[in-house]
Amino acid sequence: MPTTRRQFLNLAGGVTVAGTIPVVTLRPLQATPAMLNAAIRNIVGEAQLRTGRVKLDIPPLVENGNTVPMTVSVASPMTADDYVKSIHVFNEKNPQPNIGNFYFNPSSGRAQVSTRIRLADTQKVVAIARLSDGTFWQVAAEIVVTLAACTEELN
Amino acid sequence: MAALINVPSRAKRGEIIEIRTLTSHIMETGFRHTADGKLVPRDIITSFICRYNGDEIFRADLFPAIAANPYLSFFTVAKESGKFEFEWIGDNGYSSTATASITVE
Repeated sequence: MPTTRRQFLNLAGGVTVAGTIPVVTLRPLQATPAMLNAAIRNIVGEAQLRTGRVKLDIPPLVENGNTVPMTVSVASPMTADDYVKSIHVFNEKNPQPNIGNFYFNPSSGRAQVSTRIRLADTQKVVAIARLSDGTFWQVAAEIVVTLAACTEELN
Repeated sequence: MAALINVPSRAKRGEIIEIRTLTSHIMETGFRHTADGKLVPRDIITSFICRYNGDEIFRADLFPAIAANPYLSFFTVAKESGKFEFEWIGDNGYSSTATASITVE
């Protein structure tokens, strides 16, 4: 029996629903290249990586990957016994998976950092926060880049 | 070596203040080629440290994925009047420093 359009759509819908389940339960994010995963494991070790608490502010569409403004912040009281130790930012498709590591202490007052980054391709950016209680939190953002950075030819 | 530092000159004790820094640096990634196919060697700033009256309040490891002329903005609690020291360290023995002072009331 040939597949009807309706059957096909039902099937496609089912796949989409199944595909979203890992996103909810994600340990390291699904479908990330091995380099990104290795870089994340390098920081996190065997600890559990939870989603939330971290906020990644980055434009969803950038024309020029050479300078992309980015702000990462973590909801934290920043007191001596509950503060953010560090924020680590990674990318998926640049030649190197690391973007930056930022270290804080209780006298930082607010766990927030802004900088400008390079993105070589349309890709995912992941920010991970290490808290003083030893937990790790992550957030990811998809960014569409129309002009790539990093590897272009010099004139 | 030019660096642009933005620190409020006055703050109330306990206030959370924003510090913004910008320094001029090419941040050559080490992944680019010249037209005749030669790899351009990496030349980046690898670390940044900010100290407030001698105590480290913020530190960053930078990678080639940081844009040229690195901009960094971060926060601290205004505890006492004094001096902020900023230090950038990079490839090929690069080192640059800057200072800014603050009056805390």
